[in-house]
Amino acid sequence: MTTTTATSPVLEATGVTMRFGGLTAVRNVDLTVNSGEIVGLIGPNGAGKTTFFNCLTGLYVPTEGKVAYKGTVLPPKPHLVTSAGIARTFQNIRLFANMTVLENVLVGRHTRTKEGLWSALLRGPGFRKAEAASRERAMELLEFIGLAHKADHLARNLPYGEQRKLEIARALASDPGLLLLDEPTAGMNPQETRATEELVFAIRDKGIAVLVIEHDMRFIFNLCDRVACLVQGEKLVEGTSEVVQGDERVIAAYLGTPFEGAPGDEEIAEVEAAEATGAQSTTSTEGSAQ
Amino acid sequence: MTTTAKTTPTTPDTPRGLIPLPQSAARVLIALGAIGTIGSTYMSWTWTSDFPGDLTYYGSPAGLQILDLVAGVLTLFYALTRWNIRGLNWLNPAGATAPVFLAAASAFTVSWFSALAIAIDLGGLVNLDPGAYLAAVASLIAILGALALPSPGNTAKAWVSKPDNIPPAGKLPAWGERLVITAATAVGLITFAYGIGVDPDASETFIGFLLLVVFGSWALLAAGLVERFSVLNARHKGFATSMAFLAAAIFPFVENNEHNANLGVNILVVATVALGLNIVVGLTGLLDLGYVAFLGVGAYAAALVSGSEFSRFSGIQFPFWAAMLTGMAASLIFGVLIGAPTLRLRGDYLAIVTLGFGEIFRITVNNLDGTSGPNITNGPNGISMIPDLEIFGFNLGSSHTIGSVTIGRFANYLLLMLIITAIVVLVFNRAADSRIGRSWIAIREDETAATAMGINGFRVKLIAFALGASLAGLAGTVSAHVGYSVNPAPYQFAGSVPPNSAFLLAAVVLGGMGTVGGPILGATLLYLLPEKLSFLKEYQLFAFGLALVILMRFRPEGIIANRRRQLEFHETEQADIPEQSLPDTTVGVTKAGA
Ligand SMILES: Nc1ncnc2c1ncn2[C@@H]1O[C@H](COP(=O)(O)OP(=O)(O)OP(=O)(O)O)[C@@H](O)[C@H]1O
Ligand SMILES: [Mg+2]
Repeated sequence: MTTTTATSPVLEATGVTMRFGGLTAVRNVDLTVNSGEIVGLIGPNGAGKTTFFNCLTGLYVPTEGKVAYKGTVLPPKPHLVTSAGIARTFQNIRLFANMTVLENVLVGRHTRTKEGLWSALLRGPGFRKAEAASRERAMELLEFIGLAHKADHLARNLPYGEQRKLEIARALASDPGLLLLDEPTAGMNPQETRATEELVFAIRDKGIAVLVIEHDMRFIFNLCDRVACLVQGEKLVEGTSEVVQGDERVIAAYLGTPFEGAPGDEEIAEVEAAEATGAQSTTSTEGSAQ
Repeated sequence: MTTTAKTTPTTPDTPRGLIPLPQSAARVLIALGAIGTIGSTYMSWTWTSDFPGDLTYYGSPAGLQILDLVAGVLTLFYALTRWNIRGLNWLNPAGATAPVFLAAASAFTVSWFSALAIAIDLGGLVNLDPGAYLAAVASLIAILGALALPSPGNTAKAWVSKPDNIPPAGKLPAWGERLVITAATAVGLITFAYGIGVDPDASETFIGFLLLVVFGSWALLAAGLVERFSVLNARHKGFATSMAFLAAAIFPFVENNEHNANLGVNILVVATVALGLNIVVGLTGLLDLGYVAFLGVGAYAAALVSGSEFSRFSGIQFPFWAAMLTGMAASLIFGVLIGAPTLRLRGDYLAIVTLGFGEIFRITVNNLDGTSGPNITNGPNGISMIPDLEIFGFNLGSSHTIGSVTIGRFANYLLLMLIITAIVVLVFNRAADSRIGRSWIAIREDETAATAMGINGFRVKLIAFALGASLAGLAGTVSAHVGYSVNPAPYQFAGSVPPNSAFLLAAVVLGGMGTVGGPILGATLLYLLPEKLSFLKEYQLFAFGLALVILMRFRPEGIIANRRRQLEFHETEQADIPEQSLPDTTVGVTKAGA
């Protein structure tokens, strides 16, 4: 699981805090992702994982703290974050539903191409070449993800699992150095989950660091070099799979043994139920907040 | 359903029609009805020439009769497709019932509408001549025959919709396909020229025309021909587009009438502006309710530099190309000025703010009259006596003769406007199919996801807004010269005179968002209908609203559907999800057997 490249930090989030009015969804979270690493982010529902992702990618402007990519502090603007090299997927799939699969990936190429309106109108050789190159790269990615045969289908017509894959392909199209995956296996059956595991390894082997949110513990502990656990917006533990798996506070947070600042009982019951059925469940969590 | 014919089912496998008749009888009835309808158009329908179109002659169809003749021929052809005649199968590739029924419906509606219109207009059935009776009876026979054809399904919808089992089109050589496109374009041109040529006082004739066009094209749609044709069109996109423009360029020669040429220019102006709006609304998904202001900015800019003596700068007369650039630049600047603060808003907020800015433009122009403000636009009086354009020494105001055809002033402008429309179509197509066009669509689909994919939403939206604005400005420069004068009144949000924001928006939505043909067709229809249906007068807006509601209910993607939007609204029509057929209920059976 170790890579030969020297481990340098790709992502450094320091003191990230996000408040919505009186609610502090993320409180003073530090997290580092090194190159060649797969890092997991776990935590019960409502712990603030997605909010943390939104802070990293500039969809939310963090109340406090800063986010640096490869040493440079990122401005909280989504398109600048993406062009810097951080790509993401969404918990509730957000594809361009009425565009084809190929077009979705082509949109992902946006930051790595620069043909503007004029070149589109004039259609010089440069435009054609760039367009052809984009298409070629997009098809490569679809090949990689296993959706090349559906390039001309509308994204909305893909089955659920393939939509998730397409989101990953679209994110990869921006040639990121860090990929953020928000619950990539939600709603998948066990085979699909296995396939996604392989996919994440393959992405890591391409030299892309991965930060992944997931509720499926087997998936997380198989996959990740390091796991961080958020509970009620705070980072509770961080460490290798073994460390986090054995940490009593994590177990408590998930199973509901009372401890200081534990989430409400109701929520725990929910998490438990989700965990229990998680293995066979194919229901989607699409409705939940992103 | 009260026929006394034998009802013993002979072939239980083939579904029977609503009227229990043997198949052979049914198709004979349709054919006879069609022939009767055709024959009736050569007879007198009424005794007096008071009825519009003068339907009093034997031997020469006129007005509504011509339309009924076409409907009859269409019905006859579709009846013949039921005999499996070689050479006619292409008309009805699936051999379906629906297109035959719809063709018969076109003859039926045109005939009965004509007969009723004569009786009501002239005050009584006595005014009907035998021809009208024959048309009514014959077309009734035809449609009863069509109802006896094998039932396409248990629902009423099945009778009027395209069946699923349309076989793939046979392969034509490339020149053959081009020939088909050419022929279809010619039919389109003739239809358009006929429609625009209908006397504005002859609303009856125009309604007949609409009935024929609606049911006729519906029949072709149900036969699957429209779909086949759009495939052909997509394959020969460049050729089809040039044919369409060629047809439009021929139009002033075919329809050699200044009034109609004027209509043509105005239609082209609103169509072009609607196409520009389509970039903003259809592609980028920004609801702009003040778009007509950009047309106004272009028109005013052109008027100010036209050399008109009412212009503030009456000493200045720009050559056409410079005036065009001025109009575009002025609209562009205005677009950026409005866009920069507003495009940070989303959805409804943007719509409201653009609505406000649109009104601000009109009111400002109204007030820049020297008393309420500095004198720039001459206030509500506007700038009149705008001289005609001169391009390369050729004055568009003067008519000239080519062969035996005189090309008048409006025809000149029509040809100029056509070039501008062509440019706008080119711009639309090229922009839509590029990196920038994809980012527009991505923003329309999901702005948050689009920005997370690295798209600078604000910038990209501003480009769309500015491009749309400058295209409208371009059309505005020509419209100022065509109309001799500009004044603030037409540039409002909603009104009964066409270039207003609501009209343009309706043209886009009605015609089909995100397509090239849609806004052009939508603008044409919306412009032409009130023009020709003058009896609507004060009910115009009401009728307009009603039509919009009906269309949105039954064809939300617009008349010309973008492939994407078609899939969006009619989930079941997509190729890889088979249509879910309802289990056979007994309803249809009892109906058929009753
Ligand atoms: N835009 C917002 N405004 C107000 N509150 C918000 C907003 N976004 C998230 N929250 C709140 O922040 C908290 C954290 O939500 P978040 O979606 O980040 O949880 P999560 O860890 O991703 O949960 P899940 O596992 O269910 O996806 C929740 O209480 C949520 O209601
Ligand atoms: Mg979440």
